[in-house]
Amino acid sequence: MSIEARKPPRQIALKIRRVLGGKTGWNGIAVQFAFAAVLGWIAYEIVSNARANLENQHIAAGFGFLANNAGFDVNQTLISYTGSDTFLRVFLVGLLNTLVVSVVGIVFATVIGFIVALCRLSPNWLLARIGEIYVEIIRNLPVLFQILFWYLAVLAALPNPRQSISLLGIAFVSNRGLVIPRPIGESGFEAFLAVLAFGIVGSVALRIHARRALFQRGQVIRIWPYVLGLLFGLPLVTMLVAGLPFSFELPQLKGFNFAGGSRIIPEFVALTLALSTYTAAFIAEIVRAGILSVHSGQMEAGSSLGLSRGTTLRLVVVPQAMRVIVPPLTNQYLNLTKNSSLAVAIGYPDLVSVFAGTSLSQTGQAIEIIAMTMGVYLLISLITSAVMSVYGWRISRSLGA
Amino acid sequence: MKRVTLALTLALAAGLTAQAADAQTLKTVKDRGMLSCGVSQGLPGFSSPDDKGNWTGLDVDVCRAIAGAIFNDPTKVKYVPLSAKDRFTALQSGEVDVLSRNTTWTISRDTSLGANFTGVTYYDGQGFMVKKSLKVNSALELNSASVCVQTGTTTEQNLADYFKANNMKYEVIAFGTNDETVKAYEAGRCDVFTTDQSGLYANRLKLANPGDHMVLPEIISKEPLGPMVRHGDDQWFDIVKWTLFAMITTEELGVTAKNVDEKAKQENPELKRVLGTDGNFGEQLGLSKDWVVRIVKAVGNYGEVFDRNVGAGSPLGINRGLNNLWNKGGLQYAPPIR
Repeated sequence: MSIEARKPPRQIALKIRRVLGGKTGWNGIAVQFAFAAVLGWIAYEIVSNARANLENQHIAAGFGFLANNAGFDVNQTLISYTGSDTFLRVFLVGLLNTLVVSVVGIVFATVIGFIVALCRLSPNWLLARIGEIYVEIIRNLPVLFQILFWYLAVLAALPNPRQSISLLGIAFVSNRGLVIPRPIGESGFEAFLAVLAFGIVGSVALRIHARRALFQRGQVIRIWPYVLGLLFGLPLVTMLVAGLPFSFELPQLKGFNFAGGSRIIPEFVALTLALSTYTAAFIAEIVRAGILSVHSGQMEAGSSLGLSRGTTLRLVVVPQAMRVIVPPLTNQYLNLTKNSSLAVAIGYPDLVSVFAGTSLSQTGQAIEIIAMTMGVYLLISLITSAVMSVYGWRISRSLGA
Repeated sequence: MKRVTLALTLALAAGLTAQAADAQTLKTVKDRGMLSCGVSQGLPGFSSPDDKGNWTGLDVDVCRAIAGAIFNDPTKVKYVPLSAKDRFTALQSGEVDVLSRNTTWTISRDTSLGANFTGVTYYDGQGFMVKKSLKVNSALELNSASVCVQTGTTTEQNLADYFKANNMKYEVIAFGTNDETVKAYEAGRCDVFTTDQSGLYANRLKLANPGDHMVLPEIISKEPLGPMVRHGDDQWFDIVKWTLFAMITTEELGVTAKNVDEKAKQENPELKRVLGTDGNFGEQLGLSKDWVVRIVKAVGNYGEVFDRNVGAGSPLGINRGLNNLWNKGGLQYAPPIR
């Protein structure tokens, strides 16, 4: 009698079982499928019922309206837009406005948040108190209230266009926003851009080379003079050879407002200010928690090696703290993006204002428009978390965890 | 703002799935014991609450007249303040029985929203208000101006059309509510505030120094304002429509809140028909015989309502103009009650 080795169970079947059925096995799978079928049926009933009833009541339905003329104007458009463009274009304009305020807000919030956190952790008594007061005041006031405060404060403090504050005669600040000269490409523009792109690529390549030399051979290469030359020297030489790459269109007061130049509207300033300072208070606490989670021995080890406090923070403490910081930081980025929908209160033309607001009441197609808007916010949030997850994963990997 | 829209949209989706459109609005209203009426969030003269929470205004009086006709008690109204962009969703979802919220009658609203306009309570037109210090006398001098407007209104589209047609540039800043729009105008964010002309006069009263602001003479659009009801309930449509006609007819006949009882006793065949001592028009509507008497007792005739809320007897002091009776040079005309 020989003993047969037991065959290992088939892996693929086991995997499917585990994914679908959990611990309960094939029974669990059956239940899951039944549940999914019921959910699908309910969703189908809701959609078909709503559709039939909309038709009965002669309420327009479907996405055909996206091709219709919008017939209204928007005061900040990153892509060209006029009143005779379609609702789809309005959707894009609003989406871009939401994205720009979110991205700028996230950058500022992160920078301010880190600074405030470092203030709170500073051994300097005054800095620490200032950081503390900032956090306690800002995060305990409703954000809508702060948006309105910044808007009305910014507006009240600024003069009307005719008495605008002139900055060297080329930029003007008034309650219509900040007007700056707009660069217009001239003949040498393409060459200039090409050289600049070359400089950037070259600098990045140099940095990769230097890092490799440092990590693999322990060799320190000094690259900054070359980078400087690539980024500034080369373009400057090109400019001398090919002439100025662009000229500036200066803003001029005409009638009620400034004509020419580029303008940053006060709604954008107020919204970005409010969102970034508000979110920064939360980020500061997250960063502080992250830094405190790194053992104090690390700081002492850094100073015993002769590193300054700043260098120790930058090279030793913050990289380790990032592992703790990134997941809650992602939440704050998502909050900021979603809070940007409060823009409608101060007339900033974000997605909710121009699409879920104006377009909705012009067309009356609430279900389609709200569904599209919710889908977009969901998508933005999922992309943000995905990017942050990848970043967190890279940090963990580089720390060897 | 967003939350309200979202809630209403969900309610709309749920409402549409739950029940088909064969609404019996009159029965629902009677069972509830209250009329649910969609009004503005505060526009003096049309619908605004006082410091005790009592609503007054021309649009409010339409609600009160309907409640008067149904319950013989004009106070049985639940007012639902709605922003311009939430109003249609609120009506579609059944949140309100009638939308009486300075809403312009247009073909797209009449055909694509699943709702009907029942008549015109106020003939309006869009205008502009500016600070007197700007020294502007005509809307044609507004090239390059910044304009504050409330979002979700016909105003926004008229504005775009007008500036385009006259080859003028402008910057538009659109706000969610009327109050936010007025506040931004007062803070100097824009040179011009635009809405229906009646609204300009009403909002001017809210400013710190009404005398510093002027309404420009141009009227750039037709804005017939009126109440709306949902599609699919013709009886309810008739009730709301004829409530307004009853108010206009009684003004024609000189019936007022004070003399209505006395007029009802007179042996005039037309008065007898209208005031219900003869015929059964009220019952055909699903109301009582004396429905017109109830309406007039609740709010008075159209002229009284106009004077009290927006006309000579109010702080707004707007002329009757287009809103006078047809036989006095205006447009208000009711089909006969017979």
